[in-house]
Amino acid sequence: MVDFHGWELPVQFASILQEHHAVRKACGLFDVSHMGQVELTGPDSLAFLQKVNANDASRMKDGDALYSHLLNDKAGVIDDLIFSRLGAQRWFLVVNASTVDKDFAWLKSQAAGMDVRLENLSERFSMIAIQGPQAEKILSGIIPKAVGLKRFGALEMEFEGGNGLVTRTGYTGEDGFELILPNEAAPRAWQTLIANGASYGIMPCGLGCRDTLRLEAGYLLYGSDVDEEHTTYEANYGWVVKLGKPAFNGKAVLEKQKREGVRRKLLGLRLTERGVPRSGAAVLLGTEKLGVLSSATFSPTLQAGIGVGYMSKPDLAPGTKVVVEMQGRSFNAEIAQMPFYKR
Amino acid sequence: MAKPESCRYLQSHEWAALEGGQVVVGLSDHAQKEITDVVFVDLPKVGRKVKKGESVASVESVKAAFDFYAPVSGEVVAVNAEVSSNPAVVNLSPHEKGWFFKLAPADEKEMSSLMDFAAYQEFLKTAAH
Repeated sequence: MVDFHGWELPVQFASILQEHHAVRKACGLFDVSHMGQVELTGPDSLAFLQKVNANDASRMKDGDALYSHLLNDKAGVIDDLIFSRLGAQRWFLVVNASTVDKDFAWLKSQAAGMDVRLENLSERFSMIAIQGPQAEKILSGIIPKAVGLKRFGALEMEFEGGNGLVTRTGYTGEDGFELILPNEAAPRAWQTLIANGASYGIMPCGLGCRDTLRLEAGYLLYGSDVDEEHTTYEANYGWVVKLGKPAFNGKAVLEKQKREGVRRKLLGLRLTERGVPRSGAAVLLGTEKLGVLSSATFSPTLQAGIGVGYMSKPDLAPGTKVVVEMQGRSFNAEIAQMPFYKR
Repeated sequence: MAKPESCRYLQSHEWAALEGGQVVVGLSDHAQKEITDVVFVDLPKVGRKVKKGESVASVESVKAAFDFYAPVSGEVVAVNAEVSSNPAVVNLSPHEKGWFFKLAPADEKEMSSLMDFAAYQEFLKTAAH
């Protein structure tokens, strides 16, 4: 067990590698109740969301979910999140555990003068992620309607006596679902999913493989890979930014970066020799220091060391030879095509 | 091969067992649980002379990298190729199939300077606080 922003979470149940492979090949179950939930309601909900996030919520219909970044005026990332449209004036935001309080206070301040209501439901809701190629089959016997969801679809539902939400989303790079349930219903939901998933090879999964899976899939870890000091373009998540929509926080900065390019960018690398890179390790091109790794690990799928970090040469092509320095030792590596893993 | 109860231990979590005049060395069960899945092990070469307390091998897990120290002085007389080719064996069988290497000890009496099982258990309890 480790302390994760005040939550006691297991690094592993059985083994990080076994749990990782279970998610890639069968199914894994994650207790992600540490994640935060905020409900947004009121006539100005859409206008409010459009102002605070980089993506375009105006295109969404009821039952759509979207990944995005909350931005400050400098286009620094306040948080990354997934929000779902439950109605024209009713939205559900899922934010990071480490940033719940900051986000909620910030959202409140951003809402000044707008007709919206924000409610922090984080203490009331638990969250379970069922991830992997067998997730749909396992869920079909329990929440049949969920199977009809498209990727990034959201559906309100009742499960184990609690009213909640199921979205076809995840943080692993596999197909999967995230169930958001009242706390009272969560333990039964967990047990039901484990029982129904047993014949499909479901494994309970800890934080350890959550990190190896998300890094392989190229997902950001807020606070490590992106924060208020970095913009969405710098984080190499340009697809999130919709410059075509009307004014929003940080738009001017992003327009400038789009025009002139960024000075640093989050790039991925892969060791071409045996070794495991660690966050904090320096990355060099010849003798020039490019940056440091913000996340790094052993990739169980690629069977190689992988990492990401902000590099001062944003246009380095995949395949470019670089060196990772750790504790006085040098490891050969090359810039990698992102994501490292795609199903 | 080496029952945990009859091994000697270092504070850095190596176990050592005297068997037929040789000292078999591996990583403790407690340590393999703590560091999680081992993905690489670098072993010393056969014939290398090592000093007690010298870093002689390295262990990389998904979570972190560790130096592995010689519990006694001596010469490496055998290494376990299986832990290099299949490092998971360190997690699955830390005291049997997952042994690292064998030493011809310079002085068997050095073994008595290491913690016995009870002392190691006690050390783990205090180290946890």
